[in-house]
Amino acid sequence: MAGDIYEDRIMILSQDKTHAHRIEKPSASATVDNPLCGDRVTIDLRLENNRVVEASHHVRGCALCAASATALCANAKDEDIATLIATGDQTTAMLKDGGAGPKGKFEDFAAFGPVAGYKSRHSCVLLPFDALKKALGARGT
Amino acid sequence: MSFDPAAIRAEFPILQREVRGHPLHYLDNAATTQMPHAVLNAVHDHETKHRANVLRGVHTLAEESTEAYEQARGHVARFLSARSEEVIFTSGTTSAINLVAHSLGNTFAEGDEVIVSDLEHHSNIVPWQMLRDRKGIVLKFLPVTNEGRIDLDALDALLTARTRLVSLVHVSNVTGAELDVRAVAEKIHAVGAKLMLDGAQRMAHGPFDLPTMGADFYAFSGHKMYAPNGIGVLWARQEILEDLPPFQGGGEMILAVTREKTTFAAIPHRFEAGTPPIAQAVGLGAAVRWIESLDQSRAESHLKALTGRTLDGLATLDKGRGLIQMLGPSGTQARMPVVSFSVNGAHPHDICQMLDGFGVALRGGHHCAQILMDCFDLTGTTRASLAVYNTTEDVDALLTGLDQAISRLT
Repeated sequence: MAGDIYEDRIMILSQDKTHAHRIEKPSASATVDNPLCGDRVTIDLRLENNRVVEASHHVRGCALCAASATALCANAKDEDIATLIATGDQTTAMLKDGGAGPKGKFEDFAAFGPVAGYKSRHSCVLLPFDALKKALGARGT
Repeated sequence: MSFDPAAIRAEFPILQREVRGHPLHYLDNAATTQMPHAVLNAVHDHETKHRANVLRGVHTLAEESTEAYEQARGHVARFLSARSEEVIFTSGTTSAINLVAHSLGNTFAEGDEVIVSDLEHHSNIVPWQMLRDRKGIVLKFLPVTNEGRIDLDALDALLTARTRLVSLVHVSNVTGAELDVRAVAEKIHAVGAKLMLDGAQRMAHGPFDLPTMGADFYAFSGHKMYAPNGIGVLWARQEILEDLPPFQGGGEMILAVTREKTTFAAIPHRFEAGTPPIAQAVGLGAAVRWIESLDQSRAESHLKALTGRTLDGLATLDKGRGLIQMLGPSGTQARMPVVSFSVNGAHPHDICQMLDGFGVALRGGHHCAQILMDCFDLTGTTRASLAVYNTTEDVDALLTGLDQAISRLT
């Protein structure tokens, strides 16, 4: 069974709805679709001086996508934009190139390490970061 | 004729392999069926002994290759009770529909109408939307019933004197629902329109008399009927094809080319520009002969039994909790062996991923039917689709794995 990618931490994150809501008048917001599966992720950010005051998500997607969105939004508070982008890059490297994965506050993403062996699911984990980058890009940051 | 599922299974080498430590339980046949030795050997034999381009060649291999290619056309024609001239080889269902959308569609005028349905695969929606954008036609949609069938009661209200074509799915790739073709053909023809059917999901289930069914165009793919990828067919009535302009231009479809003009070849070659998929066509010819060798009645009974076992098993798993929502007819009548369902709280891709861990190959997602998903307010479903080589063990592996997946994911 492919239970290795549905370990307890992933399931807890995927079912955590604390940050699953929309932010009124966000500083940055974007929605992205995964054309392969139709999944959709929206990331809302409230920013002050390029630091995150609040982050939330709205996910219509699989457990991996929901868990990734939670891991991102739950730990984004007080972080600067560069750190969030770097976390996405480290997660991408972990999945695609065997990198170590994010450390410290974002080490929840290490739980996605086993997904590296399932290429068709990489985009599920990375979709929230795609939404994040799109939101920040639209904001002109 | 015989029908022994175990013996049939043994004819498919890929079904002997294991996946993640389990026997392969391949239940993704609506996406692609596997190929038996008869097809694999036919392709291998052609490529190793007769490989050459078709038509015009005078050397031995070219003649043999041409003969094999045209024999394959003949086998397909016999399977459909049609004429060889009416069988156009394409790369698949999508290219066959696009051929009609261009060749026939280019004869449409602004304001002419095409009717499709909410049950269609994207391949029978997008070409007509593109035609709408090119020609200014009006595109109308038949709704679906709660059982995932096309709502034929709505047809009368949509048909008008401007209707030029109704293009519908013969068997749904999501719900398995089979269209009652005869119930719609007469009404469609009565307003002077033509009927096209997407037969991709029908063809694996035995030969039938296509010309008397009432369709004017019929499209299907080889890879969903035990044949290779890259080959498909557009069938159309000879008198329609004779009047239809070609879609693509190039070699193989001409009689003569001068600086001033081109004289096109007769049908079916007029619609087969460029070097065709020759070995794939030979494989398709072998596949239809292989299907014909089966006891059709027992094959149908076998698949109905497996479909029923799947439906009953899902109901048992649900235990009356309302956790599993079926998308499709409740029974096995007028349906092919395709079973789609959603599980509250569990995404189809997660279910499919976990089932892969048991060697069970399913498909999850929108199945290229996003309009249908929107109709039922779903992002996707999990789909099990059966073929003649499937057994009760395959269905039971699905149900056992699904039980565990539901426990983990919900």
